[in-house]
Amino acid sequence: MAAAALLRRIPAARAPPTALMAARTISDSTAPLTIETSVPFTSHIVDPPSRDVTTTPAELLTFFRDMSLMRRMEIAADSLYKAKLIRGFCHLYDGQEAVAVGMEAAITRSDSIITAYRDHCIYLARGGDLVSAFAELMGRQAGCSRGKGGSMHFYKKDANFYGGHGIVGAQVPLGCGLAFAQKYRKEETATFALYGDGAANQGQLFEALNISALWKLPSILVCENNHYGMGTAEWRAAKSPAYYKRGDYVPGLKVDGMDVLAVKQACKFAKEHAVANGPIVLEMDTYRYHGHSMSDPGSTYRTRDEISGVRQVRIL
Amino acid sequence: MMCSIQITKGLLDKYGPDRVLDTPITEAGFTGIAVGAAYQGLRPVVEFMTFNFSMQAIDHIINSAAKSNYMSAGQISVPIVFRGPNGAAAGVGAQHSQCYAAWYAHVPGLKVLAPYSAEDARGLLKSAIRDPDPVVFLENELLYGESFPISAEVLDSSFSLPIGKAKIEREGKDITITAYSKMVGYALQAAEILSKEGISAEVINLRSIRPLDRAAINASVRKTNRLVTLEEGFPQHGVGSEICMSVVEESFEYLDAPVERIAGADVPMPYAANLERMAVPQVDDIVRAAKRACYRAAPMAATA
Repeated sequence: MAAAALLRRIPAARAPPTALMAARTISDSTAPLTIETSVPFTSHIVDPPSRDVTTTPAELLTFFRDMSLMRRMEIAADSLYKAKLIRGFCHLYDGQEAVAVGMEAAITRSDSIITAYRDHCIYLARGGDLVSAFAELMGRQAGCSRGKGGSMHFYKKDANFYGGHGIVGAQVPLGCGLAFAQKYRKEETATFALYGDGAANQGQLFEALNISALWKLPSILVCENNHYGMGTAEWRAAKSPAYYKRGDYVPGLKVDGMDVLAVKQACKFAKEHAVANGPIVLEMDTYRYHGHSMSDPGSTYRTRDEISGVRQVRIL
Repeated sequence: MMCSIQITKGLLDKYGPDRVLDTPITEAGFTGIAVGAAYQGLRPVVEFMTFNFSMQAIDHIINSAAKSNYMSAGQISVPIVFRGPNGAAAGVGAQHSQCYAAWYAHVPGLKVLAPYSAEDARGLLKSAIRDPDPVVFLENELLYGESFPISAEVLDSSFSLPIGKAKIEREGKDITITAYSKMVGYALQAAEILSKEGISAEVINLRSIRPLDRAAINASVRKTNRLVTLEEGFPQHGVGSEICMSVVEESFEYLDAPVERIAGADVPMPYAANLERMAVPQVDDIVRAAKRACYRAAPMAATA
């Protein structure tokens, strides 16, 4: 082990292969790198952040590891559901991992996150473990909600993750309430309330945004736009699918939700904005490879070509 | 959290604008925000101008507040109070007159309280706010204007009443009348009339609709052997139905007569004063029902 540790200090390309090294070493370098996001940010009544994102090789590798873990977890959940070991509802997040991972990289565990029912990966990002996630899905006591919640009701209060909500749109006013408490306690933290393009049309969102803007709450409304609300495409559900503009008097930013660095940059920007000025809307342009839930094949309202096309082009 | 009835008068001056907030008239939004604040450990008291408007926020009361402690296996507790006037006022019509006691008392995870007197209001509200779980606190607009005698003990700042305990407002031995909120006053008037006719009525002020004080109700019925349940709300699936079932389950052999149920009429509340009077229980109705339960000849219908 001492030899391996020594070798790790030598850049991998020059390290001689020896019997002690089973594989090429992975960089844990914390030397800063600057990488440009895939596309520039589009903004609404605010100046967008820079496309240049600071990161490190070590951070990039944790991104890769975390997103791969999430992908594997969701695929495993798919198999377990088909084997009838998971019952009821199971909404999978594969394709959207960059949002969960990029957001987490931009904030601390003192900031709060609340989401809807597509919550397995947010739970993991907030420090949840695989065993308690799978145990919950399979209705066991070792589950994070001791088997009483199920797929849609994962929580991790000690990491300020407030669930896990089954009613479309309800989590947004709740998230603004979390922000209220943060402001009340003068904490200088923010709340990220995640919702989908389907929920974006809910009236209670606008009620909560109005109050958040009036009271300058540190609420960040994050629309994970995967372009389908259950089986309804966004253009059939929203007269204006520019979700980042729907806040009207509230600033907004449109982000490539499959570019983890863009997500990180946008969330960092949003947190600073929210703590200083009040609410902001982020629209994460993303995609889900599975259907709405395991009961939905996901191919009756979109073509398989579209799905495989996204896999090829969006590189996630 | 606006109120033209001014229950919150003076609170803004006393506690400041960080703690006493006027909201826009958007119940779904402000109730959701209050529940979210409670998730984070604050203790919000949400005022609905009347509970009719709570229907706009009912998803947050039930799905976001009441069920969260269970669904999260105890991680999330929601120490919130929803309060406001409930039931019929005077001439406000169908959309502003419904009683929600039965609706909210149906839900596991909620506590539902209904004060009658000033002592009830003070003691129960304090317990409601201190409670770590969601509490629905059903007041009554017409009772706001009524005065009640009060003891020094009640005025003391530490006074509170336990949740889940009814109060025997008047002891009796011939018949039990259960009531809550404004109907307690009517039951007491009816008991006075009945006593002059030789029927001694025991009046129970429920105070707590969920949990119901089943022990007190059953102990009383075991003593009197006759029961009249009284409420202002609609009859079907009402509070009286649950009380009747509780007595059937625990004290069936003690009943000497079928349980009588008095409730509001099974119609949306009419506007005209004479119709409105017929749509809510009156003291005469209570007296008549009590006599029926005592097998004294009495006409059945309110119009007789």
